[in-house]
Amino acid sequence: MELKGRKITVHDMCLRDGMHPKRHQISVEQMVTVAKAMDDAGVPLIEVTHGDGLGGASVNYGFPAASDEEYLSAVCKEMKSTRVSALLLPGIGTVDHLKMAVDCGISTIRVATHCTEADVSEQHLTMATSIKGLDTVGFLMMAHMIEPEELLVQLKLMEDFGANCVYITDSAGYMLPEDVTSRIALARAELKPETELGFHGHHNMAMGVANSIAAVAAGANRIDGSMAGLGAGAGNTPLEVFIAVCDRMGIETGVDTFKAMDIAEDLIVPMMDHMVRVDRDALTLGYAGVYSSFLLFAKRSAEKYNLSTRDILVELGRRRTVGGQEDMIEDLALDMARERGSSA
Amino acid sequence: MSEKIKAAIIGPGNIGTDLLMKAMRSDTVQPVWMVGVDEDSPGLPRAREMGLKTTFHGVDGMLPTMKEDGVQICFDATSAYVHAHNSRKVNEQGAVMIDLTPAAIGPFCVPSVNLSSAVAKKAMNVNMVTCGGQATIPLVAAVSRVQKVSYGEIVATVSSRSAGPGTRKNIDEFTRTTARGIEIVGGADSGKAIIVINPAEPPLLMRDTIHCLTVDEPDQDAITRSIHDMIAQVQKYVPGYTLKNGPVFDGKRVSIYMEVEGLGDFLPKYAGNLDIMTAAGLRTAEMYAEEILAGNFVPGNR
Repeated sequence: MELKGRKITVHDMCLRDGMHPKRHQISVEQMVTVAKAMDDAGVPLIEVTHGDGLGGASVNYGFPAASDEEYLSAVCKEMKSTRVSALLLPGIGTVDHLKMAVDCGISTIRVATHCTEADVSEQHLTMATSIKGLDTVGFLMMAHMIEPEELLVQLKLMEDFGANCVYITDSAGYMLPEDVTSRIALARAELKPETELGFHGHHNMAMGVANSIAAVAAGANRIDGSMAGLGAGAGNTPLEVFIAVCDRMGIETGVDTFKAMDIAEDLIVPMMDHMVRVDRDALTLGYAGVYSSFLLFAKRSAEKYNLSTRDILVELGRRRTVGGQEDMIEDLALDMARERGSSA
Repeated sequence: MSEKIKAAIIGPGNIGTDLLMKAMRSDTVQPVWMVGVDEDSPGLPRAREMGLKTTFHGVDGMLPTMKEDGVQICFDATSAYVHAHNSRKVNEQGAVMIDLTPAAIGPFCVPSVNLSSAVAKKAMNVNMVTCGGQATIPLVAAVSRVQKVSYGEIVATVSSRSAGPGTRKNIDEFTRTTARGIEIVGGADSGKAIIVINPAEPPLLMRDTIHCLTVDEPDQDAITRSIHDMIAQVQKYVPGYTLKNGPVFDGKRVSIYMEVEGLGDFLPKYAGNLDIMTAAGLRTAEMYAEEILAGNFVPGNR
């Protein structure tokens, strides 16, 4: 595997996926500080949105400290060379949010659906491609749940809707390197050569870096991660680690390795409300194939109804829940508490 | 057999056929026309076997005889794009239009909440909001009739198999229209709607979560009573409308967890989201029919 000299684009998730472990409470000021440090370190692309994407502000997912518009406009205007992306989940956000984000100055829109439901992104991807110069990305979540061939059909739909880049997303941090290799390699072989291919990992099985390297080796050229891994579950692929590994392997990210380490250690770790790491519950997410942002909701329900977080997460995996079903967690916890009460 | 008001169903697809099967059991509404645009649509011969006249020339195919056939109520189960055209044409022939598309050119109607006022206003076009709206707005209204609701939010989770191509192509229409319905009919100051599509097999029943934020501390007893009363009202036309958990009270948050099982007429039971639309559409038609039969309302004659 000769990767020396390969050029890839890394995309930092601290200010979007990182909103999950922060319960969406990152302040505008913190966002600007982190974003400016990323700009200085040469990170080419950063995502700034509510954890559940544009329009995610809700009882169901959590109300953020500031609106998407406030975050995006504050960050975009401070960037010298770093570009800013926003995430949109059809069914939560709409094209109205997309237009707002474009007006704030984003360069990239990422439209995310469950891995089998790419057709709900048509409206948003089509609209995005009509905006001149907007980097338009399709993002298939929970991609471990279907086989590479099925995933390819959905990736091709997004390509047909006009996405110039498509992503295979391991939302549950379930995949092992061979799962990544098979999916990325088939997609790379079958998609148009000019369509970029990305991988978004979670570190629940501690495979974030290994999976991302496997993705690059199989033909991906965009890799998501977050400094110090600030993200849902055990976090995203720790980006400073990935950058250091790329540096050693001769994969060119354009990011200053020491500056990335400093952002992680000096800016991000002090922001954490809890250590984002592979603890028992985060590991359960990866082991059972559960959407990473369910973690804190399951912990809260477990505490409220005196249950085990792991039991709740395992059951959510068994029921094949998908991203966005946070409302299922309290409902399920009430069922489990009742069942336990009646059997006690 | 008592007298019935004659009706036409426009759109012989899954929704139109399910509606037809429900309407065949009605005491006050009698379907006589099924209108399609595709000669090969399997819904047309199915309707003919049930004794209906059919056309594949769209509404224009029915217009010349609809008056002499006595059609006074039409259901539109096609798409938002052609609805306005369909509605104008059948209104000109003196028939009320019940809109099951997301076009929403007429006032919203959620039978358990505001049906009588829609009928009292003798609107010639009423819109059934969305499937998620029919399943959740009654419960937002159940809370808001007890005390002021500053914010109502609903999450509808539907099985992948029950989300048709129309919904998928224009999913924003669902979130926008449902949110407006939460405000206008549900009585919340502001509304938000979220839809999640789940591909699990076997398909999951429609699930709905309703979160309300009240302005003052919620009156738990009164809200709980109101919710149970409202569920009983909806169960009159959707027997599988079931409270799974809640209401959960957490500060000023009131959360209600519902499941909707369909009757399984033409659509499978898990598609409670589609069943609740056809059932609500028919319930609305029956209310109009009762008014017409009682001599209180002559469509097209204000």
